[in-house]
Amino acid sequence: MRFMELAKRNLKVMYRDLLSLGLTILFPPALLLILSPLARFGGIWAPTMITPGIVLFGFAMITMSSAVILARDRESALLSRLLTTPLRANDFISAYSLPYIPVAIIQIVAIFAIGGLLGLEISGNAGLVFLVLFVMSLGFIGLGMILGALLTYNQLSAVYAPVILLVVFGGAWVPLEVMGGVFQSIMNALPFAHALDAARDIMAHGAGFSDIATDFYWVLGYTLVLFALGIFLFRRRMVE
Amino acid sequence: MTESTKANRGTKSPATKGNGFAIQAFSISRKFGNLVAVNSIDLSIKEGELFSMLGPNGAGKTTTIKMLCCLLRPSSGTATIMGHDIQKDSIAVKEVIDISPQETAIAEHLNAWENLSLIGGIYGFEKQEVKKRSEELLKMMGLTDRAKEQVRKYSGGMKRRLSIAMALVSDPQVLFLDEPTLGLDPQSRRSIWEHIAELKGKKTIVLTTHYLEEADALADRIAIIDEGKIVALGTSRELKDSISDMQVMVVKAKNLTSDAIEGLREIYPEVRAVEDGVEITAKEVSSYEIVDYLRPKGVVIESTSLKQVTLDDVFLHLTGKELRE
Repeated sequence: MRFMELAKRNLKVMYRDLLSLGLTILFPPALLLILSPLARFGGIWAPTMITPGIVLFGFAMITMSSAVILARDRESALLSRLLTTPLRANDFISAYSLPYIPVAIIQIVAIFAIGGLLGLEISGNAGLVFLVLFVMSLGFIGLGMILGALLTYNQLSAVYAPVILLVVFGGAWVPLEVMGGVFQSIMNALPFAHALDAARDIMAHGAGFSDIATDFYWVLGYTLVLFALGIFLFRRRMVE
Repeated sequence: MTESTKANRGTKSPATKGNGFAIQAFSISRKFGNLVAVNSIDLSIKEGELFSMLGPNGAGKTTTIKMLCCLLRPSSGTATIMGHDIQKDSIAVKEVIDISPQETAIAEHLNAWENLSLIGGIYGFEKQEVKKRSEELLKMMGLTDRAKEQVRKYSGGMKRRLSIAMALVSDPQVLFLDEPTLGLDPQSRRSIWEHIAELKGKKTIVLTTHYLEEADALADRIAIIDEGKIVALGTSRELKDSISDMQVMVVKAKNLTSDAIEGLREIYPEVRAVEDGVEITAKEVSSYEIVDYLRPKGVVIESTSLKQVTLDDVFLHLTGKELRE
C-alpha cells in the first residue's frame, strides 16, 4: 500500500487548491439550482432526467481535474523522482485516482440533495442509482488518468470543452434522439448514455437490477477498460 | 520498515554478490534518433565510492544517470546496481537507489516534513522511523526552522538541500546526485559540498557536475565525459599526472582581442581565455615567443607565470574544449 503515501500527497494538493476543489464540488449542484426553472418544460428538464445529467456533468469536471494533476506532475521533475522509486504503474494510477473518489461521492450526494429539494422522487432503489453513478464516476476518473498520461497540461485545456460537450449533448442535457444519426450511434456505444438510462429508469420507473443489468455491465466494462488502458499507457511512459 | 522491504533492499543477484561493485555498466549506449547521447560506456564503481562524472552540458552525464535509475531504456548494453540488472529487475534496482535530480524535484505544495514523509512512506519505512530520519536530515541540511512552511516559498538553495534530503530519507545504498549545485550561489554550493562530504564512505555516490572544483574537492574517482564517451578516468591526482609532461602558462594581459587569442591557438592549440588573460597548455611554452607574438598586436602583457595543472587543463587537453563551453 505504498501508493497511499502518494495518494495522501495528491489529496493534500487538491484541498490546498480550494478554488478548484470548491468549483468541482459546488458548481454542479449550483447549476442544478440555476436550471431548476426549466423543470416546468418537462422532458429532459424534469428532475428525474436532469439530476443524473448534472451528475455526469460534474464527473466530466472530475475527469479534467484528475487529468490535470497527473499531467502537471508528469511535466515536473517530481514525477521523474517518483518514477525512480519502487512504485509500479498501477500504484501511480491508484494514487492519482483515489483522492477523486470522495469528491465524486460528495458530488452525487450534493446533487441529489438539491434534486430532492426541487421535487425529485426516486421510485426505485436509491442505492442502485448510487451504484450505477458511482461506477460511472470511476470510469470518468479512469478517463482522466488516460488523458493525464497522454497529454500535456496545455493540451488538456484544449480537450476540456469537447469532453464537457460530449457529455452534455450525449444525453445528459440534450436527449440523444434529438441529436440522432451517427452521433447517437457513437454515444450509444460509449458508457455515458447507458449510465443515464439506468439511473433514469430506476428513478422514474422503479426498474430493478435485472432491468438495468445490460446498461450497468456496459458502464462497468468501460470503467475497467479505461483503468486498464490508463495503467498500460502510464507504464509505457515510465521508461522512455 | 517492513520485513519484505528490508529483504528486498538487502538482496543481490548471485552472479555479482560480493564482488565489491555497487554499479557496473557494460557498453551502455543511448541514442535519440541519430544523436548518440551515450556511446558504449563501461563503468565499475566500488561500494562506498564517491564517483564523479565531469563534463560539459550535453556530454551524456544525465542520460547515463537516467539509464542507471531505470528512467531511460539503453539502446544497447546494460548495467547492474548492487547486482540487479537495470532492465530485467528494475523494481529491485529502485529499492536500493535514490536520486536528487538536476531539476529541483520536490512537491511544492507540501512542507519539508511532508516531502520527506512522502518519499520515506513510498519506500516502506514506518512513520516513526521516517520522523526520526527526517529530523536528522532537516538538521543536517539546516532546514529545521522552516520545515513546516510550504516549500514553494523556499530559496533555490533551500530547495536543493531539501531535494538531497529527500534522496537520503530512504537510506539508499546508491545515491545519484545529478548536478546538485547547478545554478546556486557560491555560499550555497559550498554548504552542499559539506553535506556531500559528510556522506563520503557511508554510501556509494554518483555525482554529476560540470563544476570541476566540485569533482576535485569531493570525488574519489572522476570520469571525464565528452560527447557520450568516457575520455579519461582516475583520481584527481592521476588525471592531473596524466599531463604532467605539460606546462600551463598564465599570461595576464590587457587589450587581448579575440583575433590575438585565435592567433595564439595556431601556435599553441590549447589556449583558454580567462578573466584577465589566457592560459596556455603545451609541452613547452616559451614566454618570449608569446610576448613576441602578442606585443605587435597591441596587447599589453602584465605578467607570465607557470602554474600547476588543474582538471580544467586536463579537460582541455583531452577534449580540445573548455569545460564551461
